[in-house]
Amino acid sequence: MDIKVNGKTHNLVVDNDMPLLWVLRDELNIKGPKYGCGIAMCGACTVHIGKIAVRSCTFPVGQVYDDITTIEGLGTPSAMHIVQRAWVEHQVAQCGYCQPGQIMSAVALLTKNTSPTDSDIDNAMSGNLCRCGTYPKIRAAIKTAAINIIQEKHTMSLIGTSAEGDSNG
Amino acid sequence: MGKLKTFTRRSFLIGSTAIAGGVAFGYYQYKQPQDNPLLKFPKLNQSIITPYIKIDQQGVTIITPRAEMGQGIHTTLAALVAEELDLSWETIRVEHGPASSTYHNAAVLEEGLPFAPTNNGLMANSIRKLTKIPAKFLGMQITGGSSSIVDAYEKMRLAGATARAVLIEAAAQILKVDKTTLFTYQGHVVSSSGEKISYSELAPTAQKITPPTDIQLKRKEDWKLLGKSLPRIDMVAKCTGTAEFSIDVNADDLLYATVKMNPNLGAKLIAYDDSNAVSMTGVKQVINLNNKGVAVIASNTWYALQAAKNISFTWDNAPYPASTDEMFEVVKNSFTEEYIDSTLKQEGDVDSAITNIDESFETIIKGEYKVPYLAHTTMEPLNATVLIEQNKIQIWAGNQNPTQIVKEAEKITGLTPNNIIVHTTYMGGGFGRRAEMDFIKYAIEIAQHTKGKPIKVTWSREEDTTHDYYRPLALAKFKGVSTNHTIKALDLQLACPSVLTSQMGRMDIPLAGPDVSIVQAAWEQPYNIEHYQVRGYKVPEMLPISSWRSVGASQNGFFHESVIDELAHSSGIDPLTCRLNLINHHPSKKVIEAVAQMANWHTKRPKNIGLGIAFTLSFGVPVAEIVEVENTPNGIKILNVYAAVDVGIALDPRNIEAQVMSGIIFGLSAAMMGEITVKDGKVEQTNFHQYDAIRMNQTPNIQVKVLENGEKIRGIGEPGTPPAAPALGNAIFAATGKRIRELPFNKSINFV
Repeated sequence: MDIKVNGKTHNLVVDNDMPLLWVLRDELNIKGPKYGCGIAMCGACTVHIGKIAVRSCTFPVGQVYDDITTIEGLGTPSAMHIVQRAWVEHQVAQCGYCQPGQIMSAVALLTKNTSPTDSDIDNAMSGNLCRCGTYPKIRAAIKTAAINIIQEKHTMSLIGTSAEGDSNG
Repeated sequence: MGKLKTFTRRSFLIGSTAIAGGVAFGYYQYKQPQDNPLLKFPKLNQSIITPYIKIDQQGVTIITPRAEMGQGIHTTLAALVAEELDLSWETIRVEHGPASSTYHNAAVLEEGLPFAPTNNGLMANSIRKLTKIPAKFLGMQITGGSSSIVDAYEKMRLAGATARAVLIEAAAQILKVDKTTLFTYQGHVVSSSGEKISYSELAPTAQKITPPTDIQLKRKEDWKLLGKSLPRIDMVAKCTGTAEFSIDVNADDLLYATVKMNPNLGAKLIAYDDSNAVSMTGVKQVINLNNKGVAVIASNTWYALQAAKNISFTWDNAPYPASTDEMFEVVKNSFTEEYIDSTLKQEGDVDSAITNIDESFETIIKGEYKVPYLAHTTMEPLNATVLIEQNKIQIWAGNQNPTQIVKEAEKITGLTPNNIIVHTTYMGGGFGRRAEMDFIKYAIEIAQHTKGKPIKVTWSREEDTTHDYYRPLALAKFKGVSTNHTIKALDLQLACPSVLTSQMGRMDIPLAGPDVSIVQAAWEQPYNIEHYQVRGYKVPEMLPISSWRSVGASQNGFFHESVIDELAHSSGIDPLTCRLNLINHHPSKKVIEAVAQMANWHTKRPKNIGLGIAFTLSFGVPVAEIVEVENTPNGIKILNVYAAVDVGIALDPRNIEAQVMSGIIFGLSAAMMGEITVKDGKVEQTNFHQYDAIRMNQTPNIQVKVLENGEKIRGIGEPGTPPAAPALGNAIFAATGKRIRELPFNKSINFV
């Protein structure tokens, strides 16, 4: 079986029903998505299949239907995604374990909705548990990212290019 | 090359030629100097024996020997050194460093003393100093008790200042100028004529210089980094998925495993049948773990988790009562002479004040409060990676007590401490759980079956939740007398199993005297109540228990502050004013006044809005919190939380605020919905669907104010937690008239 993760294709020999999370972590050494609960209750394992945020801990690898993006595919320490930059600006992370999942959920939200209300944020983010209680900062970072995305799109449109490359989840 | 090999190389780096010109600095003087663990490797011929700073050709690395579990400690410890050493913040690198008693925590035992933090008498301060001696003797490099900053505040600034003095001396020798003409700026020594030499260039000369002992620290007014909100050192890594937790450690030939231990905690494994499991995909081996449970070794964690579900077990019964109800019976029956552990607060004569009341103006209130067992549920399930090869063992684990790991590894493997290497990684949450050794011991035992190959042992969330060392259950009985606008008498009796006895028993350290955590945040509260008694009863241990963020204060804050609220209301006075009237301790008064202002306490709200205040002094930090709730048709909605704290000296205000916010959400989560119950000897809650915490949709607005009126510097990882539950309970009372005396609140009321 082949899967494409962060632009790179991997050939796998694993059970079809192995959850995507364990393929990423233990087979491909992609460690950004985290194991938290194994039952899609905490969101630490969130990745994107296409542009949709999924809980990779319960998603069988055999059912992957599109390219996969993990936190590593979003941005790097020297070239962070616009949402990651907002996270750093607000100094969101504490223990940091849930944050890859939080960021992937936030990017999926902002991809569909560039001006989310508090209730949109509640709906999109309440599947992601944070035991350090960073929620107030996550909310603030999402709002900052939303403003920045709109501003960058505006700037890009003025100079005639697309901002899609940056906000693409 | 696998990451494990990189790790190995890095751990030997200080002995390699790569930094042959390197130098290690630091300061430690405690009557007798301690070993510098950075100099463990013989190739490095050092004359300076001090443990916090490494300078090599790549620059300065600061050893931050407390575990980073989210509290931001690496950042603030690094800032203490960087301030004195004049480093620019952007260039700083940190390492947790090796396990060593040199890095022992001298402040962690202080909270357990029978002296209130408000007591600055000669006796209290002398005994406080004395605790530093057993702390050194025990040599525990422990992260906990909100003590890291208290312990490091002077130590690590002195390390930076000492290194700076030596580097200036080195530059003076090279430039052949008087050292008083030199100064330091952003990692360089600069001469009056403008010559600049980097610390890296100075390192070879510096290592030959004996550090001076007459070191002056900077004045607070001259601080450039301390007192400012700094960007956290771990932030970018944690926002890009590149921060390495122990669950992320990788290596060539890495094997994966999981464990399944007896759910009747502490009891034996009688028999098991693994015939279905061993033939499953990816499974390599099933091991009996000392007749306590089994480990499944596989080629992928998921294969191990699946196989573990397909083993059938015969378990021995639990050595404690089989149900929560029976356990609470044991607690209830412990309010007797035989179980008295301490009576640390005894003012006036409570018995006579309660017996002889004048009903015309005095009211007596009696009641009982109750809290359940709680689990830690760190986001990162327990795990550790171990490699045993040729008389050497390496352990990678997020942990709060690396020196204890060395002791445990020594016991299990018989190897000498020199051959036991602990790599302390970032922790995906600790909250006290990662000070325990079980998950590391199992991993070492398993690795003995896979010598030469590294093995990562990851617990399932279910195993993690059902095999915790829990926050104990507890009961409180109180009698109080309210009189005209004040509280005349309070008798608070607290019964709880002893966390310290349970913990110390596992470490083979005998406990003498009372366990102050049974009455923590109740006996030492700065209230001047005329007749005031706080007594602790030590309940027999049932489930294994341990520290849980804020320890005894996590339940006693709720008990004490709910009772104060009940008595204040009964006396007919505003509960905030009542507290202000009864408290004389200046920093404590100030946090209450500050929080009152933040919340506009005295502004009248609509009838369905309720404000609740609670005040707790724990770990030396006075904290006042006000919770504002709305009583909606569907239940209670928490709207706002206001908090004011006093840490004495605020080294990083934004991080302090973040810790308080975190502590509040942790405390509110437990108060609203946290409950571990036992049936047939087994913990019933297995995963987040049954043991949940606050999510984004229930998160209130939170405002935090940090004050600096306190007498000495304090740590803030825990003190934000204790007032959250009583402030919520008091707010629910204000909004509904309903006084709930049992946690979690969701057993009595709905939340939206």
